[in-house]
Amino acid sequence: MGAHHDDLHDAAEPHGRALRLGIGGPVGSGKTALVAALCRTLGPSLRLGVVTNDIYTTEDADFLRRAGVIDPERILAVQTGCCPHTAIRDDIAANLDAVETLEERFGPLDLVIVESGGDNLTATFSRGLADRQIFVLDVSGGDKVPRKGGPGVTSADLLVVNKTDLAPMVGADLTVMARDAAAVRDGKPVLFTSIREDDGARNVAEWVADLVGRWRREHGEPHRHAARGAAPRVPASRP
Amino acid sequence: MNGDAALLLLADSRLPAGGHAHSGGVEEAVRLGTVTGSGDLARFLRGRLATVGLVTAALAAAACELAAADALPEPWRWLDAEADARTASPAQREAARTQGRLLLRTTRRIWPSAAVDALARAVPEGPHHPVALGAAAAAAGCDPRRAALAAAHASVTGPATAAVRLLGLDPVTVHRLLADLAPALDDTARAACAALAADCAIDGEPDECGEDHPDGRHAAWRARWRALPAHGAPALDLLAEGHLTNPMKLFVS
Repeated sequence: MGAHHDDLHDAAEPHGRALRLGIGGPVGSGKTALVAALCRTLGPSLRLGVVTNDIYTTEDADFLRRAGVIDPERILAVQTGCCPHTAIRDDIAANLDAVETLEERFGPLDLVIVESGGDNLTATFSRGLADRQIFVLDVSGGDKVPRKGGPGVTSADLLVVNKTDLAPMVGADLTVMARDAAAVRDGKPVLFTSIREDDGARNVAEWVADLVGRWRREHGEPHRHAARGAAPRVPASRP
Repeated sequence: MNGDAALLLLADSRLPAGGHAHSGGVEEAVRLGTVTGSGDLARFLRGRLATVGLVTAALAAAACELAAADALPEPWRWLDAEADARTASPAQREAARTQGRLLLRTTRRIWPSAAVDALARAVPEGPHHPVALGAAAAAAGCDPRRAALAAAHASVTGPATAAVRLLGLDPVTVHRLLADLAPALDDTARAACAALAADCAIDGEPDECGEDHPDGRHAAWRARWRALPAHGAPALDLLAEGHLTNPMKLFVS
């Protein structure tokens, strides 16, 4: 063994491929709106693909297609059989298949965004699927949520607290949320957004653009990979 | 070689190969009101095992045997065509190929082997799931009977779990149904292997795929594969097709 480091089926091999960015968070926190905002802002400069994991079939994918922020063919929807967290964490096969399908059809790509289905605070992306991940909360869930922690809040590479425009209406104290998030996140960044307002995710888009730039410097310019089913460049050895 | 432990890994629902998102027709049956509780589910599972279960078990056994014997691409295409011919519903074909493709992806990393690579090259769009399962079983170290057992097991456990999620059934009650089916799973695997081992004369069908292997085994395989069980399940076909029209579906199939 050990000869499989260049097998295209090993998602951990990062060289020469798109950055895979997971976006997770509870239902209604603004994940799809964030994906749309990122596509709108980054689309002109980056080659993008999007995978959605909906509860009902293609709801989020349809929203993105209608928003007209990305070529509809560059959006693939994965169904998760009532278990959105399973599809991004425990059994990532369908999501990996979708990511690689996009890379095969439209590659090379710079960034593939995988949006999870709305889930709870314990949902995180497997490292086999996402290289980096963003967790999206919103203020209307209450300003206690960052304090509650959970792997999504504590371990995501970026925590986004959305719908700040609603904070006065729901009695959420943004300074409390910022302080609590900092306490459980060990210095990892937190950004506050109001994505519905124009340009409301500009700060997140800048963070992602910076990430893609660093990814490219570390792992090389994305290039086309061999088609699915092609032989690994190093023949598989029998065990 | 027997592969008991490998079979446990292969049949474990935690194997990360995409199976959790398929209900095997249960979601549509629930939507139509034909499966509403554990009694309906028990009958649904028995019917599924007797049809899809036996057919997929036989195909998996054949694939497992093939994987141990040959790494050429053509026989894989023939065996996959046998699976296609036994799958009337286009929706089911699509679902079976998706599951097969995902299982191969996972297998190539867990149990790399020349036969699995040959199958992936021979059917790049994804082989039918039982064909992939048989190849995976061989790569993991299972014999054909265990491959058949894994296929029979998969034909009922996935739908049973889907029913638990969709109807909120008591999971212990549903697992009791599966336990009651255990002897039938063993019988199905045995019947699948008996069908594969049955002596069948080379049936004289023209072999359009060119020259045979020098020892004539390709023609012999093809004759045996043509004679494998081919039970149809029209209700399952209709459920698979109807599922595609459900705008609120949670499962792929």
